[in-house]
Amino acid sequence: MIRFDDVRLRYPGQFAPAVQSFSLRAETGKLTAIVGPNGSGKSTLVRALLGRVTPEQGTITIDGASLAELSRRDVARRMAVVTQREEPVFPMLVRDFIALGRFAHGSLWAGPTASDVVIAESSAERAGVAAFLDRRTDTLSGGEWQRVRIARALAQQGHAIVLDEPTTFLDIAHEMSVFELLDELAHDGIAVLLVSHQLNLVARFADRIALLHAGEAVAIGSPSDVMRGDLLERVYEWPLVVSRDPAVGAPMLVPLRGRSPR
Amino acid sequence: MRTRAWVLLFLTLTLAALAAIAFGSVSLSLSTVVDALMGRGAADAEMIVRVLRLPRVALGIAVGAGLGMSGAALQANLRNALAEPYLLGVSGGAAVGAVLATSLSVTAPGLVPLAAFAGAVVAVLAVLAVAQAARGPGDARVLVMAGVVVGAFANAAIMIVMSNVPDQTVRSALWWMMGSLGDASWAGVRWTAGYVALGGALLMVYGREIELLALGDEPALALGVDTVAATRRIFLISSLLAAVTVAAAGLVGFVGLVVPAIARSLGARTVRGTILASAVTGATLVVAADLAARVARAPAELPLGAVTALVGVPFFLLRLRRMS
Repeated sequence: MIRFDDVRLRYPGQFAPAVQSFSLRAETGKLTAIVGPNGSGKSTLVRALLGRVTPEQGTITIDGASLAELSRRDVARRMAVVTQREEPVFPMLVRDFIALGRFAHGSLWAGPTASDVVIAESSAERAGVAAFLDRRTDTLSGGEWQRVRIARALAQQGHAIVLDEPTTFLDIAHEMSVFELLDELAHDGIAVLLVSHQLNLVARFADRIALLHAGEAVAIGSPSDVMRGDLLERVYEWPLVVSRDPAVGAPMLVPLRGRSPR
Repeated sequence: MRTRAWVLLFLTLTLAALAAIAFGSVSLSLSTVVDALMGRGAADAEMIVRVLRLPRVALGIAVGAGLGMSGAALQANLRNALAEPYLLGVSGGAAVGAVLATSLSVTAPGLVPLAAFAGAVVAVLAVLAVAQAARGPGDARVLVMAGVVVGAFANAAIMIVMSNVPDQTVRSALWWMMGSLGDASWAGVRWTAGYVALGGALLMVYGREIELLALGDEPALALGVDTVAATRRIFLISSLLAAVTVAAAGLVGFVGLVVPAIARSLGARTVRGTILASAVTGATLVVAADLAARVARAPAELPLGAVTALVGVPFFLLRLRRMS
């Protein structure tokens, strides 16, 4: 479980904190989502998990251990993070790329062991990229690349996985397959923490949602608690309505035109 | 990398080394070279082969291997296929050390290389200090900028020193700055090869860490690397490796830039594979360039750094064009 307790985060040289008084539990076996407009502090929370920003106040714990007291290798064994961007300068084989997920489990000197190779291959299978193992990373499409990155995160075999906008630039099929995979991971007992702009998909898949606005959580709860028209309209500063998805019954946000359509 | 590519690399190095031993202001046949190497040749042939050319080739191998490995590690560490050790202040610092020693008429054998090494170490530490002051000691971009700044400062220092010394001193300092294997001795080879092997071994130890650094700061952090410490560590090892080669042979530019790209084009995919292949390719390039420097206008010698630059500049432009 990943737990934020009354966390305040501030970038060096900045007067205003990027996140304040933030508390959230991403529980084992649940898909927890953090949503909010651009600049609301979502990615700052991910950076705090990566150790790029240190909390001025409050604590972050992973499986009960304080993040501040864990080494990066310890953290990587407990929690995988799929960052928003990753652009490799030097292409490599997908199987080697996924095996890098085993780094924190081995010695600095040794290469991947036979069991690392097996774990990397089963992670690839799980993420649906087993067919690409012998391809080079620079030949993958956007959707394939994201799934390969998720496979590497799975190879870390942590109890938690954090994903920062993993479906940006993906088409509907690839986007849905990523959400389905995250849903499966949660069902298998992993704590999934997802940062996303895809409010409608989050509303369908997430167990809990935290809505951030200007660095503060303005609502935390089930999709129906958070997906309220008045609340979202205030946070996103745009006219919208929330209805029910006719197919699946989940709350569905429909942004309205800012002016009358032509 | 496939076995065939490794065989090709070692074969090319062997051929280049044999050619470098056989050709020069006096050309020797292959049988004369082999006889001299075995210690059963004529006295003058043995003198040319074992005393003059063999240490030179051995030093070329050590210098080329060091520059190649340093370049391969730095390019991965800084996530920049156009990075090379000289970009990061090493060459400037070494040149200041050498020029200062020359201008102070410190001419005892081995002191100019020592001064060059000291200058390179000071420059590397200055780069780290500048990056620290900019709050980015583990940030690849900040390190590159700090390297450029320290290099510019070193250039200014060289110009000031050179404008106040006699012409002869300027000439000898310039000759050193243009790179040469002309002062090769077995003692020098032993020291250089020892340090290059040590630096190479350290880069191999940290190979997986470098592999992760090449993915970028945040992915590396996510996978369990303390990126600030790791980036500094690899920068230090690679820069000192380059500094050793500079102390041994002066400034031999572009090897660290060109060689890792050749290694990758031959199929090296992992960082460890690229570093090893760069060692062999670098050795071949420097030995071949030194041969060209000796025979192009024999008996006069061209500066080694100028020959490697003649190979490196078109290569650099080609890479830039391909990247854009």
